[in-house]
Amino acid sequence: MSLKLGVPSKGRLMEKTFEWFAERGVSLSRAGGEREYAGRVEGVEGVELVLLSAGEIPRELAAGRIHLGVTGTDLIREKLGQWEQRVEELAELGFGHADLIIAVPQAWVDVDTMDDLDAVAAAFRAEHGFRMRIATKYHRLVRDYLRDCGVADYQLVDSQGATEGTVKNETAEAIADITSTGDTLRANHLKILSDGLILRSSATLYRARNAAVSNGEREALAALVAKLEVG
Amino acid sequence: MTVGLAKRAEAARVRAMFEAAGAQPVETSVLQPAEALLELYGEDIRARAYVTSDALRGEQMLRPDFTVPVVQMHMQHGAEPARYTYSGEVFRRQEDDAKRANEYLQVGYEVFERDAPHEADAEVFALISSVLRGLPVRAATGDIGILLAAVDGLKTTDRRKAALRRHIWRPRRFRALIDRFSGRADVPASRVALLAAEDAFAEAGVEIGLRSKREVEARIAALREDSEAGPLAQGEVELMDAILSVQEMLPHAVEHLSDIAVDMPAIADAVDGLRRRTGALAARGVDVAQLSFEASYGRASMEYYDGFVFGFYAEARADLPPVASGGRYDALTRQLGQGGEIPAVGGVVRPGLMLGLKEGTL
Repeated sequence: MSLKLGVPSKGRLMEKTFEWFAERGVSLSRAGGEREYAGRVEGVEGVELVLLSAGEIPRELAAGRIHLGVTGTDLIREKLGQWEQRVEELAELGFGHADLIIAVPQAWVDVDTMDDLDAVAAAFRAEHGFRMRIATKYHRLVRDYLRDCGVADYQLVDSQGATEGTVKNETAEAIADITSTGDTLRANHLKILSDGLILRSSATLYRARNAAVSNGEREALAALVAKLEVG
Repeated sequence: MTVGLAKRAEAARVRAMFEAAGAQPVETSVLQPAEALLELYGEDIRARAYVTSDALRGEQMLRPDFTVPVVQMHMQHGAEPARYTYSGEVFRRQEDDAKRANEYLQVGYEVFERDAPHEADAEVFALISSVLRGLPVRAATGDIGILLAAVDGLKTTDRRKAALRRHIWRPRRFRALIDRFSGRADVPASRVALLAAEDAFAEAGVEIGLRSKREVEARIAALREDSEAGPLAQGEVELMDAILSVQEMLPHAVEHLSDIAVDMPAIADAVDGLRRRTGALAARGVDVAQLSFEASYGRASMEYYDGFVFGFYAEARADLPPVASGGRYDALTRQLGQGGEIPAVGGVVRPGLMLGLKEGTL
């Protein structure tokens, strides 16, 4: 068996990952055409490329079905409880930077801090009869952060895409989402709270701590780590 | 890990003790509608309870406790006074410690009784104490009611008191609010700028979402009112700190709090209640001279309790959850009672832990 390396299967994240490995002498490519999700690895022996959705890579690492994987810090921390015990960060790859933040309508001129958000949540519930809705797909990270900040009387509503539009559509009062430039937030009349940064995320190479490793795979891992100069 | 036969037998034995004390056995569903639990505990409950759903009934939770369904049942068609017991699995999601059980047995005893709350408090504590007799456990007690009374007695605006009451169960946030209201912490710069601005809405842009401009204006007015209200008096903050730091054996705690009540008469009734409870506990054979009391106890973990709170812990095993815990939850019956209310107190034991302590297998 060969060492399995999981890489996002499409888009900029895949291209940037391929570039990062290529700069270190390891060539990754799709085996067939654009539509085939099999991969090829050159420049190091005994490594197999597994193309996966970035969102599935944390789960595959935790289950030990892949030995190495590239995905965002945000996804690892959202999806894996006790993530430090399940994966090891080998290298930050220097791209895919995004901040997970909390944003509210710019028209809320009275809200700038988490403290304000909490006060407004109490007033909102009294006025509207339900808990203030915060749209997000990062339920665990957001809930933990809000608890740390002592925010009460809110509810998280699931939003898997176009989250910035939920406030205008009146399906949420505030959002928690990733942003890199803030342009989409501004275009949707939203502003980031001054202490509303939950996590700085970037593309990272992880090693699964609990994956079974044969002798051959261990050698391949050592060779790859040496070549990449990580870990 | 599933519940073993020995644990079931232990649960049945404890339940029989509760029945012998006069409790009527009741059952509740394992699947509970999520809405009532979310309304009560807020979004945090999702971190502790397993949520599932179907297309007809919507979100359901695997019973994270018995108290809520038992209170709902009583408020719908319970006679007064009432004593209930129940036994069954509760489920707690574990995301940070795989060694903690996510499914375990609880056996509970709940008292709904209008008269002599201190007697009902003592009854529940003494009964649970007798169930645990002989096991290496130590008890901790507290009283959230004293803190609530102290907040009510502060000489400050109703809005500040409401904010403090709302965060009684979040000690860090409570502390931050005290610091803000007393002037120990600075007002955030953005708030100063907002209140100084000629046109607060200069940067407002397009109005979107359900929260209207009128609500924003109302909040600004509230912030203005708050900035004009003077800080909490230093003396009051010191008394609050003095209450929070009370931590000694029960009789000493009663005396200590009585001394504080001389300067803060608002807590006198609550301290009197503590004194009566101490007497009632002693009358039921509890060694109150060796029973510890902490004014802060139960604030971080027992959110709906608003009076007497207690827990029993395995000695020398701080890593284990409490073997038994409980308290008074008068406000909960009001919240779930749809107009009704009744003073209530209760507690649960974990027969699995009791058995482990007996057999030395923990």
